Amino acid sequence: MITEEKVNTNTGVEKIPDSLPAQYNENERELTTLNLGPTHPATHGIFQNILQMDGERIVSGVPTIGYIHRAFEKIAERRPFYQITPLTDRMNYCSSPINNMGWWMTVEKLLGVKTPKRADYIRVIVMELARIADHLICNSILGVDSGAFTGFLYVFQEREKIYEIYEEISGARLTTNMGRIGGMERDLSPVAIHKLREWIAGFPKVMKEFEAMFTRNRIFVDRIKNVGPITAERALNYGFTGPNLRAAGVDYDVRVMNPYSSYQDFDFEIPVGTTGDTYDRFMVRNEEIWQSFRIVQQALENLPEGPYHADAPEYFLPPKQAVYKNMEALIYHFKIIMGEIEAPVGEVYHSVEGGNGELGFYLISDGGRTPYRLHFRRPCFIYYQAYPEMVVGTQLSDAILILSSMNVIAGELDA
Amino acid sequence: MAEQGLTNQQVLENITAKFGEAIFNVEEPYGLLTVTTTRDQIIPLLTHLYNDAELKMNFLTTMCGIHYPDNKEQELGVIYHVHSLVHNVRLRIKIFFPIDNPVVPTATNLYAAANWMEREAFDFYGIQFEGHPNLIRILNVEDMTYHPMRKHYPLEDGTREDKVDTLFGR
Repeated sequence: MITEEKVNTNTGVEKIPDSLPAQYNENERELTTLNLGPTHPATHGIFQNILQMDGERIVSGVPTIGYIHRAFEKIAERRPFYQITPLTDRMNYCSSPINNMGWWMTVEKLLGVKTPKRADYIRVIVMELARIADHLICNSILGVDSGAFTGFLYVFQEREKIYEIYEEISGARLTTNMGRIGGMERDLSPVAIHKLREWIAGFPKVMKEFEAMFTRNRIFVDRIKNVGPITAERALNYGFTGPNLRAAGVDYDVRVMNPYSSYQDFDFEIPVGTTGDTYDRFMVRNEEIWQSFRIVQQALENLPEGPYHADAPEYFLPPKQAVYKNMEALIYHFKIIMGEIEAPVGEVYHSVEGGNGELGFYLISDGGRTPYRLHFRRPCFIYYQAYPEMVVGTQLSDAILILSSMNVIAGELDA
Repeated sequence: MAEQGLTNQQVLENITAKFGEAIFNVEEPYGLLTVTTTRDQIIPLLTHLYNDAELKMNFLTTMCGIHYPDNKEQELGVIYHVHSLVHNVRLRIKIFFPIDNPVVPTATNLYAAANWMEREAFDFYGIQFEGHPNLIRILNVEDMTYHPMRKHYPLEDGTREDKVDTLFGR
């Protein structure tokens, strides 16, 4: 019989449930309380799981989050639009350009700025590269968590190359901050295009190797097949989106349902799974990497000529040379830097298909320089509350794999 | 572009036919149908949207709290975004209520997703969700005595004089 644990209320831990399945009370078996996290290497971030274990089997789980809560929504209420970009960069840091672009599209929707086709295509390239990087890390870490380290090293090189492309585009690697109102900060440089082409030429080989290493690997498949399944109905009720929902068999993808940034121009498929278990999540991500790769190829081939940003001088920072010589440019430069852009009154919800699901931005503007309220719909926040339901009845080693297959990013979870 | 099976007008007609006067302040900012309703009607409305064979709005995209200090007796609010994945149409529902009595019925019986979203709204705005299984703070520390997203808690130290907001464009 377990005695009710004294839980430290300071950490905001949920109470451990009093009622356990009947067999535990009858047999008076002793359960172990195991703190998985907050800083366990296999939890991939700072969040805690208080698991009740009967031997190796998990009886109940209580997830606790908030360890890196940085109050982005509150901070955003004091910042002009341009200063909110660094906040969005730091949400899902595995695919920060997607957060970036999602934020700028929200602002553009509010301000009524129309982006030119070239900017859209560059954004698509950047976002799909980010999705590939995100999925590569997620899938290879799943391998690491099951004991296969090699795959991780294989694909880490590819992520490195993607980061080098970012570096050519924006000068930064992880938190890129490369979007602007109305387009991109810079055009794709010839070097960036060259690196992109090089990467496109080399990537399929590595990816095929990675797939060959895992998808028909008996040990790996046995470890993840039928582990942590979730039905489509439960997944929808929990608000799942992205690969985790598609693995359960629902083909909901924001890129297709509500196309943004010229996604309607590209030819790609939405991979779906059937059972929603860890294996399906892994396979859906693998297949999505191929689809994203197709999109990048198409976008690069059909990259339109033209400006890389909208003709919106009041929102887009003028070139520095113009600032020195041109009065209007100087005025706009000053106004943008000092955050004097006044937004129209309105409220807008815009969502993009983030690395792991529908990433939504709900922005309310009261006509001031800063958002009156900014709410992020963070997909990880939604997934993680289903974690206890998915791990109960499995073993501890399975719980680790389920967690990494859900791709919970602490920065986004805690926002 | 995916087919939008239902128009905003049809959705609005459907819910006003059932709820009539309880649906007011109908707007369409940036194409997203937005309605306001009352605290009593929010759960019946969400249940209707969830079960209705025509609408099939059974996906809770997000919900969040909001604070308007100047709206007397209507200071706090909760904003729900629901989505019909079948028809690809979204609906935004708002409810407002006084800050002295911030009690709202919970939507957790309908959506498992509402659990943490409500905890977040409670944490940030102090909105009490009646019937919530475990209404405790989620992102902030448990011994915090206030609800930090309310507008009367400014982000920066208000006593500082070396930082004049107007000089910094804020």
